[in-house]
Amino acid sequence: MNGVLEAIRAALPNAVVELVNNPSPSAQHSLLVDRKDGRAVAEFLRDSLGFDFCSNVSGVDWPPRKVKETVVIKEMVDGVGKEVKTTVERDVPGYLEVVYHLYSIAKKTGPAILRMRTGDRADDVSVPSLTPVWKSADFQEREVFDLFGIRFDGHPDLRRILMWDEFADHPMRKDYAAPDDFEYEPTPHDEILAKVKASTEAA
Amino acid sequence: MSFLPPLESPQTIDVSLGPQHPSTHGVFRMNVTLDGETVTRLQPVFGYLHRNHEKIAEGNSWLAAMPYTDRLDYICPLTNNWAYALAVEKLAGIEVAGRAEFIRVITAELTRLQNHVAFLGFILGDMGAWGTALMYAFREREKILDLFESLTGARMMCNYMRFGGCRCDLPPGWLDATRKLVDGFPKFLDEMEALLTGNEILLARLQGIAPLAVDRAINGGMSGPVLRASGVDYDIRKVDNYGIYNRFKFRVPRGTVGDCYDRFMIRVLEARESVGILKQAIAGIPDGPVVNPKAKQRGFRPPAGEAYGRIEGPKGELGFFLIADGSDKPYRFRIRPPSLINLTLLEELCLGTKIADVMVILGSIDIVLGEVDR
Repeated sequence: MNGVLEAIRAALPNAVVELVNNPSPSAQHSLLVDRKDGRAVAEFLRDSLGFDFCSNVSGVDWPPRKVKETVVIKEMVDGVGKEVKTTVERDVPGYLEVVYHLYSIAKKTGPAILRMRTGDRADDVSVPSLTPVWKSADFQEREVFDLFGIRFDGHPDLRRILMWDEFADHPMRKDYAAPDDFEYEPTPHDEILAKVKASTEAA
Repeated sequence: MSFLPPLESPQTIDVSLGPQHPSTHGVFRMNVTLDGETVTRLQPVFGYLHRNHEKIAEGNSWLAAMPYTDRLDYICPLTNNWAYALAVEKLAGIEVAGRAEFIRVITAELTRLQNHVAFLGFILGDMGAWGTALMYAFREREKILDLFESLTGARMMCNYMRFGGCRCDLPPGWLDATRKLVDGFPKFLDEMEALLTGNEILLARLQGIAPLAVDRAINGGMSGPVLRASGVDYDIRKVDNYGIYNRFKFRVPRGTVGDCYDRFMIRVLEARESVGILKQAIAGIPDGPVVNPKAKQRGFRPPAGEAYGRIEGPKGELGFFLIADGSDKPYRFRIRPPSLINLTLLEELCLGTKIADVMVILGSIDIVLGEVDR
């Protein structure tokens, strides 16, 4: 991935791209791209580096969390300056993330992994759609929109795909709570019950 | 007085195909707009079988997701098992026992055989030849399912692979039975081809229908036989060399124009290659344990990290994207479903064709709704 990162930095010097290290033995490191540069980086990857096949689009939900970090601070102990290790808890604000797994059919290389993050999990949930770059992202981005609530700017047909259109929530979010009765719909019977209840209460 | 509209005015009608339709291969709906018999718009509607498999898997242990993968593409449970096991093995750096690698190849290629054979029967059904071809195909498929049953205890919900190997060793006599089946399989394929490939009606219904250009196929994320039918030389068994596929000699069949006939024939040719791989694997299988003794199954906690593992499933690239946070459950469990993504270009393929061809085009892509809707 370092080669890909250098190529992007050379061609698009203004793009904000950084390497995300993956500690797993799979060693599949990824590139975190700022939202505003997503489209340009994707087009560069497709046209100049030959990543013509967008295999997989995944959403990931990262709720606000606390990260424990060990930091070294200087402290005065008995009048002597000492370096002391302490654990500090840092708050990381929540965000949503989209991960694209790209392959090159022509060069038979890959995966190149592209990530984009939203500003938060409530209002600022837009990222640019990469469907104009890779048509294969079409249904997958719709699925991420449906299940995670990430909005894809520039998607040609951003509708729910697996849940029904009237469904309001985003079930793949970590804080999603399933309702007791999925199938509840108001019926004329409910109106009659309400009328009966109102009349008995009035009496 | 006539209630018919004047002939000059353009009249389109909207037809809802499915969800209960004999040729949609499950509960799948298409909203089709027709001008006469010609398709002018087609919108697939998904979700009838949606049960949020990914959420269920994220609430259970790593091992508990294995039997759920059987239910993705329920025609091919063993390749689904393998794809998930492969992704976990990548994630945690687990080595696979040598004998298990051979068993995986044998079961995966048997799966491919029975999937492609079932495909031949189904697509004939889509063309209106209900029954005969399907019965021939299912007779052969049943023999393979019998082998699966004697090996795993279940015909279709096998739950057989484990991290670092397989659940149990081959029962006595299983390899001989498999060898016998594999040796007899080319004869069945010859018979099927003699029955079908030169058939005039079949040629008329398949040739030149919905050709798919190479660049569109790649950009649209087509994978597996559909991609290769368009003439792309891309088989993950060759590209990734996962498992032990680099030990076997086999060719990757390719189509030329990517029409329905190419998509049909590529399955026949792939089945013949699978027979070759099976013969080599059965001849070379070593003795030994079928699971890596160091690999933990219950209480498995991979270290934090992520991995994307993929295999060449019978329907296309089946991948699993897993994120671990060090706990006993997957933090993120994402399936790359080839059946869903191969439908991306369905509208493009169907525009301008006749309504009767829509069923054949859908059949030639080969989907299973358990995997489309997850």
